Amino acid sequence: MSHHKVEVKNLRYVYPDGTVALHDVSFRIHHGESVAIVGANGAGKSTLLLHLNGYLSATSGEIVIGGTQLVKRNLTEIRRTVGMVFQDPDDQLFMPTVFDDIAFGPLNMGLAAAEVESRVTEALERVGAANLRNKPPYHLSGGEKKRVAIATVLSMLPEILVLDEPTNGLDPHARRQLIALLQAFHHTRIVTSHDLDMVLDMCERTIVLQEGRVMADGPTLEIFGNEELLKTCRLEKPLAMQGCPICSPGSRIMPEQKPLVPRHGDKYHDHDH
Amino acid sequence: MLAIDGSFLDFKQLDLLAMRQTAIHRLDPRAKVLTTLLFIICVVSFGRYEISAMLPFLIYPMVLMTVGDLPGGYLLRKILIVIPFALVIGIFNPVFDRQVIMQLGPFEIWGGWISCMSILMRAILTTSVALILVAVTGFPATCEALEKLGMPKVFTVQLLFLYRYIFVLTDESVRTSRARQLRTFGRRGLGIRQFGSMIGHLLLRTWNRAERIHMAMLARGFSGEFHTTHRQSRFGREEIVFMGGWITFFALFRVYNAPQLLGRLFTGTMP
Amino acid sequence: MHMADALVSPAVGGTLWAASATMIAYCSSRVRKNLDERKVPLMGALGAFVFAAQMINFTIPATGSSGHLGGGLLLAILLGPHAAFLTIASVLMVQALFFADGGLLALGCNTINLGAFPAFIAYPLIYKNLVGRKTCQSRMVMAGIIAAVVGLQLGSLGVVLQTVVSGVSALPFNTFLLLMQPIHLAIGVVEGVVTVLIVSFIYRARPEVLESVLQDKPPAELPVRPLLAVLLVSALLIGGGLSWFASDSPDGLEWSIAKITGSGELPETDHKGHKQLAAIQEKTALLPGYSLPAETRDGHDPTPTTSEERFGTSLAGIVGGTLTLAFCLLIGIFLKKRAHSHRIQASR
Repeated sequence: MSHHKVEVKNLRYVYPDGTVALHDVSFRIHHGESVAIVGANGAGKSTLLLHLNGYLSATSGEIVIGGTQLVKRNLTEIRRTVGMVFQDPDDQLFMPTVFDDIAFGPLNMGLAAAEVESRVTEALERVGAANLRNKPPYHLSGGEKKRVAIATVLSMLPEILVLDEPTNGLDPHARRQLIALLQAFHHTRIVTSHDLDMVLDMCERTIVLQEGRVMADGPTLEIFGNEELLKTCRLEKPLAMQGCPICSPGSRIMPEQKPLVPRHGDKYHDHDH
Repeated sequence: MLAIDGSFLDFKQLDLLAMRQTAIHRLDPRAKVLTTLLFIICVVSFGRYEISAMLPFLIYPMVLMTVGDLPGGYLLRKILIVIPFALVIGIFNPVFDRQVIMQLGPFEIWGGWISCMSILMRAILTTSVALILVAVTGFPATCEALEKLGMPKVFTVQLLFLYRYIFVLTDESVRTSRARQLRTFGRRGLGIRQFGSMIGHLLLRTWNRAERIHMAMLARGFSGEFHTTHRQSRFGREEIVFMGGWITFFALFRVYNAPQLLGRLFTGTMP
Repeated sequence: MHMADALVSPAVGGTLWAASATMIAYCSSRVRKNLDERKVPLMGALGAFVFAAQMINFTIPATGSSGHLGGGLLLAILLGPHAAFLTIASVLMVQALFFADGGLLALGCNTINLGAFPAFIAYPLIYKNLVGRKTCQSRMVMAGIIAAVVGLQLGSLGVVLQTVVSGVSALPFNTFLLLMQPIHLAIGVVEGVVTVLIVSFIYRARPEVLESVLQDKPPAELPVRPLLAVLLVSALLIGGGLSWFASDSPDGLEWSIAKITGSGELPETDHKGHKQLAAIQEKTALLPGYSLPAETRDGHDPTPTTSEERFGTSLAGIVGGTLTLAFCLLIGIFLKKRAHSHRIQASR
């Protein structure tokens, strides 16, 4: 399907104080694609994301979402189509209860109470948080907050999900849960992250940003195989691709311990010691 | 532990108590808010020299506490903290009011002492019901009740946001305080300049957070108006019984000084 | 500086409750009409900030005592008067409900003392005028201190007036004033200094935060007309109408003035209607502190004057009081036992 496409054409953004945050960024994301945007801190990832739902307006260039050009008068529709989940769930959960937060979007869309009710229930089901319905946000754990934050945009039935550092601050179990959840979605997903292993698991395509410019845009595995590129952009290979921590050169595990470590393997290395 | 740690935990504790499920907790918040307000008005309407007449009013907070399953010790501690503030003013009463109005054997008691005790009594009664109100209703429900009773929506939203972010901000504030304290050797207090800069940082972080919240609100279609689904509010039979019963109680004991009557009965000095 | 319910009378508390409720309604509609939806999260967040900041104490130089930020003036500088008033009111409400810091009935008094004075007088009339468009440090410090001092002086004056008029405390007006004002002068200076320190910090770090407020067009208006209307009506109803009932007792202010000036005789009226109404008032006094011991009603003095009579009444009071207390305790124990057994049954 050609709609639900995200097109960014020659996007340029200059801060009020004159710093150029984004220089001529262009890419096209198709329906159902799962794309990661990676880069060092300050590379412009979050700034780029904030353009996708019209919070920031480009200094020059244009953004077309689902065939509609992003301009002021269709912001409401754009914001329904593009569901944005921010880094800190505390910023996103500002209502007295989980139900209220998830209902916030649909209510702003003007839906009737019954419809709102069903959307909330459905969104809660999808993120596996049905039991959290009446809880206040300050009683939730980090992982629960993240899932509820996602639910708050899901209830608006977006076509595109944009997530800023989704696994940030989560414990391993919650992180695993979140990755599984995101993998189950069929939306177009655009994710920024430092968690390169998650990117490897979840996104077939990666865009690398460096100082406001697109340095690379291609299949994830290919990009993560390009060591020079990664180094220039202050990145490194995902841990999963970095070689066995026990038998690689430069390993810090003492020789005496090595025979005690059992055979192990993952999808990149499978061997005995 | 920092003082701020303590107050913060306190805050959370009352919030948790409000989540219990007892007969009192289940009542519509409007009934509880109105009854509490009427209670306070009744109590403060007593003459300045009344003490015994106020005693029956202890029954209201007592009943709420026991039926609402609230921890007595915890509430008592909170009340004890606040009472000195009223007493600081009240203690001047015996200084300025030395007219004798009571006699116990050879002791002549000044009016000032009586009115001071009266202030103490008032303080105990009014602060206990204020704390109990939140403990059995919860803050969001109280705000909802007030809104239904006429409080403007903008103010309700403000209260709810404030409440929501107090948890976040006191958390941040605790962390900053703690970090600073761990680098302060010797018991030097926080100087004004340091305070200004620490609080300034906190303020900036708060401002940034408010911007991010705004972003999140816009991202979900916010355009200025808050729409709420109206929760079913049942002001039913239990609420009417509750309110009616207590109002009658208050009125009765406001008009008739029961302890005095009781005492007279026992000491055989009926007029 | 928070007024407690224990020291307030229904008349004073009620009138100011009505007044502050009107102001809240007015400011709410002003904030809504302004359509700056950025204010919504900002008011909440800054309120929480003030709440958290108040829990951190600093040492006041040269005295060694500790103080904390009030925040009223700071909020007015950051949010503008109407939004700041609402924010302060919301913080006060949370303090009253969670910490019993300030009574529920006295909430109106506190909102006026700690909210209206900084937001509608100290900030717009003093700070803003003194600072003008220039943001030079020395000017800000001076303006901040003067504004804070004025705001706090007005606030503490408010407390004094409200306490004395309520008549529960026996502190005479003069004495109370002398106690409160100097202390709050010192507190005001500190508050002003701290507020300006913070504002300067913000200005250096992120000047646009202050710029956006300085730009805030309409010069702040005191919601004078609605406020006056409410005060007038409430005063008429409560004070005027009920003074019918007030009988021969002078009001608290008069009383304390009489006490101070030593004019021993308390004014008496023996208007017939007053006497009858006085009897009713005795039963339904909404204006306490008006039942002074040496009062004449219905022609005979019910107050025991001989020591035996006094003893009799006192004894009855004490005995009755003790019995009542015991009774209350019994009720409490009984209910607790019931609740306990209910829970045991439920858990089976």
